[in-house]
Amino acid sequence: MAQTVFTYILHKDGKIDDTAFELISAAKKILPDAPVIAIAVGSGSELEAACNELSASYPEIWKIDDEALSYPNAEIIRGLLPRIIPQGSIVLVPHEHFGMDLSPGLSIKLDTSFLPDAVDFQGMEDGKLKAIREEYSGQVSTHVLCDIAQGSVITIRPGVFKADESKGESGTVVDKTADALKEGLPGQSRRFLEVVEAEVGDVDITKSEILISVGRGIEDEENLEMVNELAETMGGDVSCSRPIVDAKWMEKSRQVGTSGQTVKPKVYLALGISGSFQHMGGVKGAPYVIAVNKNPKAPIFQQADVGVVADILEFIPMLTDKVKEIKG
Amino acid sequence: MEILVCVKRVPDTAENEIEVNKDGTDIERDDLVYSVNEWDNYAAEEAIQIRDNVGGTVTVLSVGGEDAEEVVRREMAMGADQGILLSDEAFTGSDGRGISEIIKAEVEKGKYDLILTGAQADDGAGQIGGMLAALLDWPYASLVNLIEIIDESKIKVGREIAGGNQEMSEIDLPCVLSIQTGINEPRYVGIRGIRKVASMEIPVHGTGDLSLSPDVIGKSGAKVKRLDYFVHDPGEGADILEGSIDEILDKLVEILKTKGGIK
Ligand SMILES: Cc1cc2nc3c(=O)[nH]c(=O)nc-3n(C[C@H](O)[C@H](O)[C@H](O)COP(=O)(O)OP(=O)(O)OC[C@H]3O[C@@H](n4cnc5c(N)ncnc54)[C@H](O)[C@@H]3O)c2cc1C
Ligand SMILES: Nc1ncnc2c1ncn2[C@@H]1O[C@H](COP(=O)(O)O)[C@@H](O)[C@H]1O
Repeated sequence: MAQTVFTYILHKDGKIDDTAFELISAAKKILPDAPVIAIAVGSGSELEAACNELSASYPEIWKIDDEALSYPNAEIIRGLLPRIIPQGSIVLVPHEHFGMDLSPGLSIKLDTSFLPDAVDFQGMEDGKLKAIREEYSGQVSTHVLCDIAQGSVITIRPGVFKADESKGESGTVVDKTADALKEGLPGQSRRFLEVVEAEVGDVDITKSEILISVGRGIEDEENLEMVNELAETMGGDVSCSRPIVDAKWMEKSRQVGTSGQTVKPKVYLALGISGSFQHMGGVKGAPYVIAVNKNPKAPIFQQADVGVVADILEFIPMLTDKVKEIKG
Repeated sequence: MEILVCVKRVPDTAENEIEVNKDGTDIERDDLVYSVNEWDNYAAEEAIQIRDNVGGTVTVLSVGGEDAEEVVRREMAMGADQGILLSDEAFTGSDGRGISEIIKAEVEKGKYDLILTGAQADDGAGQIGGMLAALLDWPYASLVNLIEIIDESKIKVGREIAGGNQEMSEIDLPCVLSIQTGINEPRYVGIRGIRKVASMEIPVHGTGDLSLSPDVIGKSGAKVKRLDYFVHDPGEGADILEGSIDEILDKLVEILKTKGGIK
């Protein structure tokens, strides 16, 4: 039997996530002729709205609809999916907070291979799937061979595959709730309580037009002073990467990235930031990106418009002076 | 509470620029500085704090070569009570499933209430914790940035989710958690601390000590295999400003002006 590719759909408040369409492109690169079926888990009208939206791009959607699934608790979903997914299937999941929670264990439950955070595929080689991954926060890439003959769970990095929104499908929604739940609700050993919303900070960096963003390259808390001065001179706001928040040097509300804020400035100046996808995942709206880093091979230089190879501790004060000079 | 912390020895990316070797078979390993995976320090710190609050022991475990002993010892210097090294030629080339099977075999020899891993390591997989939990049939939560002990049978955990929000759950013990950076402030370990644990015995367990099926470990058991390393083609990369520092500053300020980067 031909392998089916299932895509796990993230959705919130009835809106489906962009990754829903990216996974179609990824599926087509893995097995161009395989049927692709979306799996949407949730409850009530929100799930229905998500399924409706999906049916424009997917020929077939499997849904699991239950009140207990109104919040996506990966522990429960990991128990449910093996009850409906046929043995030997390929399952694609976005590599983000939920996907990282669900997927490694799902591969064990389905007894398949597991390929995390794939960024590209290059067809089959020796009967195995050839994929590209990154290591060391994107400093180097690797080719990997993944045995998918008995099925596979593959997490896909968000944002790297082009969204396939080739409309025109009028997909059918297949209700798999009964099959999924006939043995009861699994995953009761982890019980969802609530979502605690992020604290609002003094400055809303999501509204800033000019962001001066600082990363681990700043080395010391005291050195933040020069970053503040540069930002003030340029008329922008200071944001940062995660290690700066982990070290408690800046508030969480200043963190840019997938687990921080999504910003849409006009100009993004990245100082001593390596350019991990979790950081750059928060930089949206195609700003003009300028990177200053002492390592000419830092991944950020692949994403920036303009780069300067320099030690930021020396460069920042000089740039501040220069900006002051032209402002007169 | 009996806590197991899994730690991995990795090249320290804060100390090294990682480069691919000439034939792309490996990264350039000469002169690399190694350390414990960043995330694992947070896991060890959290385990030590929990033990200090509610009692019990912290065991640190690593799968690797002889060199991995140094990271186990480092976490013992932080305050872990004991260490275990899982090392055997037969483990070489294991994929994530293989490493998880090896750790599972050791876990089954002991009695743990809580297993902590880092959220991810040097190859950005983020897989060991989730696989281990599923193999043990224990509940799992990833990207944990808060732990509160409720009682002997359950704990409250916060998971980091998108946008800086936090997902709170209650989870039954025993369980596996993967720890996200920022959950605590890992303590500093000085030379003196390392010296204090220098003579402590770290047992080494291999295939002879663990009940393991050979089909899931080592190179032959791996379903996922790395073929090579390469440097992503930086074709459409940034325009790198060249020239003297004054020229660079002039160009940059000009760009800032035209792009609206100066108010
Ligand atoms: C689930 C998950 C979610 C995450 N979410 C986020 C997120 O929301 N935001 C985020 O930022 N990260 C996030 N991360 C972490 C992310 O993976 C990286 O670890 C982090 O972005 C690295 O930050 P950095 O670039 O500042 O540090 P590093 O990667 O350590 O880079 C520091 C850079 O500074 C350069 N440098 C050092 N010294 C100097 C100097 N003197 N002058 C010039 N350059 C210098 C170095 O060459 C290096 O490129 C997340 C990780 C996970 C697992
Ligand atoms: N060789 C290893 N030995 C012990 N623990 C490991 C090993 N590899 C990974 N881990 C654990 O699994 C976590 C996630 O790593 P990974 O799944 O490889 O990204 C690490 O932070 C460690 O806690």
